[in-house]
Amino acid sequence: MIWPYDFGLLLLVVITAILALNLRDLMGASVVFGTYSFLMCLLWTAMAAVDVAFTEAAVGAGVSTVFFIATAYNIKKEAKD
Amino acid sequence: MKVLSLIIALVMGALLTVILDDLPAWGDPNSPANAHVSAYYLENAYEQTHVPNVVTAVLADYRGFDTMFETGVVFVAVIGIMGILRREDAPNSSKKSVKRPPHQPPDPVITGVAARFMVPFMQIFGLYVIAHGHYSPGGGFQGGVILGASIILMAMTGELKSALERMTEDWFIIMTGLGFLIFAGVGLACMFYGGNFLDYSALAPLFGGTPQEAAITARYHAMLWVEIGVGFTVMSSMFAIYSYLASDGWMDRGL
Repeated sequence: MIWPYDFGLLLLVVITAILALNLRDLMGASVVFGTYSFLMCLLWTAMAAVDVAFTEAAVGAGVSTVFFIATAYNIKKEAKD
Repeated sequence: MKVLSLIIALVMGALLTVILDDLPAWGDPNSPANAHVSAYYLENAYEQTHVPNVVTAVLADYRGFDTMFETGVVFVAVIGIMGILRREDAPNSSKKSVKRPPHQPPDPVITGVAARFMVPFMQIFGLYVIAHGHYSPGGGFQGGVILGASIILMAMTGELKSALERMTEDWFIIMTGLGFLIFAGVGLACMFYGGNFLDYSALAPLFGGTPQEAAITARYHAMLWVEIGVGFTVMSSMFAIYSYLASDGWMDRGL
């Protein structure tokens, strides 16, 4: 693990996590959540857990983002809270 | 209420940060997770199964029961989503009880052509990930997700209906169950040959060589069958979940 790389990734993870929770626009929140998953995938790779990173990239960043977008498309565009 | 939840979150975060100090260091060989059972896997997995990727050996063989019911969880999730979202009169959309916004058919010139080029490569890569999971990262779950994503890409760039013509609702429900049945069937075959459930070395009579070699080959091959089963379930369930979510249960048009 290279600490500046790791530090930057963890910082971005925290930022995207808070952003995904606080965005009002559900479509945008889904995309930010996909970014969060992809950053987690990079973290798993940095920790040499390649299988987990692969799953995270395929399921977390790929398909679940599609599911969130499909759901956000079909419900009211903005969250109340 | 919002202040209260913020306080709770901050206290929990502070507690976790304090506890962080007591966790073993990353990659510590003496940590409880690394000291007992994983040393056994690392030392014996290759000799017992001839699978270089220990993660696959652990997931599909040593911890096969866990993986089987993870597949079962995916299956149950699809059944649950179908039960909640699917409309009773879904195929004939003329009998609509709810008013839906007017449909704007997608213009598939650029995305459709690009997807048509990408889908075959994605599917070949998905098959590669399933079949090559013994040697490289990957396996049934990842390969199944990639295969499912290729069908979802078809549905997203064109019409959901054209993807549903290739993979009909009947088929993806059958295939979701079929994958789980393949997994459980391999386990039952082990019992049929006199071993425990999912003890693949019991399948040794099916393969040639000395008994020891045959047991290794049996475990190697049974892992591949099991991964194929997982791939079936995950591929069809991904597309099933997408089509129910995207069409809001009507199964007539997607995003």
